[in-house]
Amino acid sequence: MARPSETRIARRVGKKVENPGQILKRVFAELFAHYTLHVILVFICIIVSAFVTFRGTIFLQTLIDGYITPLIGVENPDFGPLLKAITEIACFYAIGVVAVFVQQKLMIYVGQGTLRNLRIRMFAKMEKLPIKYFDTHSHGDIMSIYTNDIDTLRQMISQSMPQFVSSAITIAFTVVGMVRLSIPLTVITFAMIGLMMFITAMVLKRSATNFIRQQKALGEVNGFIEEMMTGQKVVKVFCHEDKNIEKFDEINSELFECAYNANKYANSMGPINMQLGNMSYVLVAVIGGLLALSTKSSLTVGALASFLTFNKSFNMPVMQISNQFNSIVMALAGADRIFKLMDEEPEVDDGYVSLVNAEVVDGKLVETDKRTEKWAWKHIHQADGTVDLVPLEGDLIMDNVDFGYTDEKLVLQDIKLYAYAGQKIAFVGSTGAGKTTITNLINRFYDIQDGKIRYDGINVNKIKKADLRRSLGMVLQDTHLFTNTVMENIRYGRLDATDEEVIAAAKIANADKFIDRLPEGYNTVLKGDGSNLSQGQRQLLAIARAAVADPPALILDEATSSIDTRTEKIVQRGMDNLMKGRTTFVIAHRLSTVKNSDCIVVLEQGRIIEKGTHDQLLEKKGKYYQLYTGIATS
Amino acid sequence: MIKTLAKYIGEFKIPSILTPICMIVEVIMEMITPLLMASIVDKGVEAGNIGHIYKMGLYMVIAAAIGLIGGLVGANLAAKASAGFARNLRKAMFDNIQTFSFANIDKFSTAGLVTRLTTDVTNIQNAYQMILRMCMRAPSSLIIALSMTFFINARIASIYLIAVLFLALVMAIIVMTAMKYFRQVFKKYDELNESVQENVTGIRVVKAFVREDYEESRFARASENIYKMFVKAESAVVINFPVMNFTVYACILVISWIGAHMIVSNTLTTGELMSLLTYCMNILISLAMLSMIFVMVTMSAASAERIAEVINEEATISNPENPVYEIEDGSIEFKDVYFRYNLTSKEPVLTDIDLKIESGETIGILGGTGSAKTSLVNLISRLYDVNGGEVLVGGKNVKEYDLETLRNEVSVVLQKNVLFSGTILDNLRWGDENATLEDCKRVCRMASADEFIDKMPDGYETKIEQGGNNVSGGQKQRLCIARALLKKPKILILDDSTSAVDTATDAKIRKAFAEEIPNTTKIIIAQRISSVQNADRIVVMDNGRISGVGTHEELLATNEIYKDVYESQTGGAGDFDSPDGDSSKGGEQ
Repeated sequence: MARPSETRIARRVGKKVENPGQILKRVFAELFAHYTLHVILVFICIIVSAFVTFRGTIFLQTLIDGYITPLIGVENPDFGPLLKAITEIACFYAIGVVAVFVQQKLMIYVGQGTLRNLRIRMFAKMEKLPIKYFDTHSHGDIMSIYTNDIDTLRQMISQSMPQFVSSAITIAFTVVGMVRLSIPLTVITFAMIGLMMFITAMVLKRSATNFIRQQKALGEVNGFIEEMMTGQKVVKVFCHEDKNIEKFDEINSELFECAYNANKYANSMGPINMQLGNMSYVLVAVIGGLLALSTKSSLTVGALASFLTFNKSFNMPVMQISNQFNSIVMALAGADRIFKLMDEEPEVDDGYVSLVNAEVVDGKLVETDKRTEKWAWKHIHQADGTVDLVPLEGDLIMDNVDFGYTDEKLVLQDIKLYAYAGQKIAFVGSTGAGKTTITNLINRFYDIQDGKIRYDGINVNKIKKADLRRSLGMVLQDTHLFTNTVMENIRYGRLDATDEEVIAAAKIANADKFIDRLPEGYNTVLKGDGSNLSQGQRQLLAIARAAVADPPALILDEATSSIDTRTEKIVQRGMDNLMKGRTTFVIAHRLSTVKNSDCIVVLEQGRIIEKGTHDQLLEKKGKYYQLYTGIATS
Repeated sequence: MIKTLAKYIGEFKIPSILTPICMIVEVIMEMITPLLMASIVDKGVEAGNIGHIYKMGLYMVIAAAIGLIGGLVGANLAAKASAGFARNLRKAMFDNIQTFSFANIDKFSTAGLVTRLTTDVTNIQNAYQMILRMCMRAPSSLIIALSMTFFINARIASIYLIAVLFLALVMAIIVMTAMKYFRQVFKKYDELNESVQENVTGIRVVKAFVREDYEESRFARASENIYKMFVKAESAVVINFPVMNFTVYACILVISWIGAHMIVSNTLTTGELMSLLTYCMNILISLAMLSMIFVMVTMSAASAERIAEVINEEATISNPENPVYEIEDGSIEFKDVYFRYNLTSKEPVLTDIDLKIESGETIGILGGTGSAKTSLVNLISRLYDVNGGEVLVGGKNVKEYDLETLRNEVSVVLQKNVLFSGTILDNLRWGDENATLEDCKRVCRMASADEFIDKMPDGYETKIEQGGNNVSGGQKQRLCIARALLKKPKILILDDSTSAVDTATDAKIRKAFAEEIPNTTKIIIAQRISSVQNADRIVVMDNGRISGVGTHEELLATNEIYKDVYESQTGGAGDFDSPDGDSSKGGEQ
């Protein structure tokens, strides 16, 4: 199948976030959108608990001088004031405990809830993206948005951000306390903080480059593991285990080096900041001591002692903030990818013609709510608002159609095709001739560059995509099964099908025999894209799925390539029943599926080179004749 | 589980032991610092003794320097030990996976193995680093602080002790509850991601059946479910914080009250009370660290279990004790063979198989979907082991051979085949890493792969993308055949390996086999009669049993199934999907 491999996006590792402020703003917007009240409450709780901590520090500063010393040596000491003070602070503490609990509890809802919302919206968006997106993005990269990026974002929302806020508020309280006591000492403390920030920034820079390298190495290890785990059976068959281990050791060691370096720098930040904090303390003690002793300064000894406690409790939050930096940077990079996915252009659908059930009343076609066997296109003319009902028959005209996956290279050129209702059209030709591409255009997985495709006389661009696709049953080249029971996998074709209808469809596809042999029959749960089934069995299920959908037109893309001819014959009989009265497009491998077609289209390099019935084409002695006789003589 | 993983600390034992020691140095310096600070305040500032401030300040600088060295060395070693531990775990898993048999591989999903090797290991790495840096630090600081309090005043210290025990109990309960929830939620989380994956790969099916809304609502329901479970799990963990705050605050208040009484009754000094309260903060911080370790460990325990599962998985097929390294010839014999993939399944997949194949024979295998053709040939190179009877190759039971010898001599081209990223040449050399370009060209000629390789701009150096997405199905199959041929095997098995190759090329390949490797036993599983028609004998499989064995003519006369298939295919059962559009050139002569 032709896919624009050159546009495949390079692996995303090691890229820098372009606009962190913007992304942060969006993360906040996301939080506030659904959890305004929660976030405000959390904010209040953080302020309250920071204040309680601050209040506690002051209480301890005054405990001895204010309450205990006066009692010493007094006859019948009055513990009343102390009891009062303790009761008062106990109330504060109680509030603090409640605040911490409320904050933590609310953050669960905010964090997990936001992730749930993001996930659901991301998924909903993803489902609306055009096929092109999936063809041009590596599936591993898409998956990693749902796992890695969401995880780092959760860390940031539930840990880093509250920590950041709480640290900032503690800093604010402490600064107020310090400024009240001594401005010069506050300046010194700030100077030391500046130094801490500077060193932190330097270490961070080193650690960041190493983290980027680590991510890159991790990407490489991921890629290798993914590839080898997928091909593990081939590895076994070729006894390539030792070779594999050798290669893995190499990239694994590279990852070790990078991870070691990245963590080394990140780990160093704590000790450096802590000791710088101690230095700040010494500096304040010495200078404060000098100030306190000199007569010119108003700084008292008691005030200096208090200041020193503040100095000590000031360093802690600063350290915590610097610790959170790395994880915030990483989370923003993840958030960037999440938002990029959500900003992708969805599949455009300007269609306004819809598919409705219809019945004939007094010789006229009218719309009905009942599920009739008849379908019609409801065409509301945009000019005058009149409604036309066109019976769905499945005739299809392609007129001078050009198409390319990229603008530079056309895959299909000048395709002209007429398929009348109920006809069976077969496409034959080499791989890459454009057979699958044509079917991708009929159901508008891709849109054409030039020309027109008319379905029952209506330009397909005017038909709602969902209705267009609903009218076309598809059995694709690659069968995809979902983790669910066999029953549900078949029912995927039509969700309201009864169990009996599902079983009937399985019988048409000749799948019921093997299904009955499965451990739990129709209730057997398929896992990992039906990996416990053979290729042929998977295709039988796909055919059953199309059968249960009961569509007016069918596209069968190499649907029977992996079914043995004996089974195929039986499937074919069922398919023939199914195809009766339906327009069918077959991309065929085997002559038996082609021979009785109303029209056989021979494609070569994106152009139609021959067209006609089996007999006509044989008579023509062209390419089809060559193919046919080449086979027949073997 | 911990024992399993701990083995893989390996050469990083020394940094693993040194890190906590460095951390203890840092802690000791940290414990000295408050004493020095107190001294600065009490004897320096309050006594107006600048000299004392200078002296203590100098001591503090020294303590800070030692603490800094301890901290930095510890940081370095912790990074090394944890990154190294992670490397060893990845290696251990990867190495063990390489020993897995097909049955083992079937048991784990690809996505599951990838997660275990990446995300789970990263979790363990982070947890291990945390443990190394905190596990000694937190308890030793806790113990030092507690002993200091006992030293100062045993009665008050006992309050701390009660508090610590209380907290430990609460934490244990929390960890246990949370663990249970987390295990459930991670499992669901995996399932959720798996469904995303299914939607990504199966997007064409989703769109073709217009099931976007259906998938969306299903996903939304699952997300809601996960959300609820996460809330429950985290709610259990979150109780930790308020309980801890409560305990510490309670301690401060009780000690303030009792301490005040003791000071008044002269059994405690004010200085001592201040110190007790300072240590209270130390105890708080170390407990907070401990609880963080607990949470980390709780979260990573699930990862550890998943890793241990892979490491402990025992390969169901391994080399015999005294393996045979020589295979005499390419003869094969099945004796009363029974086989089932799952011991619990009712019906065996293969029943009562008796078949003798001479060395050098060409055998075709034909049969309906699910008739166990693949299962039959998989037993020959011991990709699976039989449940009854035996399989002989070269006159000896396959279980007696060295596995590598067996698999090199029995070359299988799998039905679901994979090419790896790298050049075409790299891929071919999987068959024989020492193969020359000439060797490679020769096998490609035999597999009819040379024609399209020569047309590629970079020829044999053309890069294959991951999964081989840039070559067509038929080209991929021919490359896989060439790769298998490079082994120069005694037995060659093609499991429906030419289904996407046009009939003419298919015939050409078979002709090349007959001419160039006449002594190799060839087993060809196919759907097309034309692929097996000229084989020496054809085996018709039906529902896990052999329904008939014979030449084309014999089977036409005697075997109903064969006759049926033949009739359905005569008049052309051809393949229009000629990969190069040149199938007319090389028809079978």
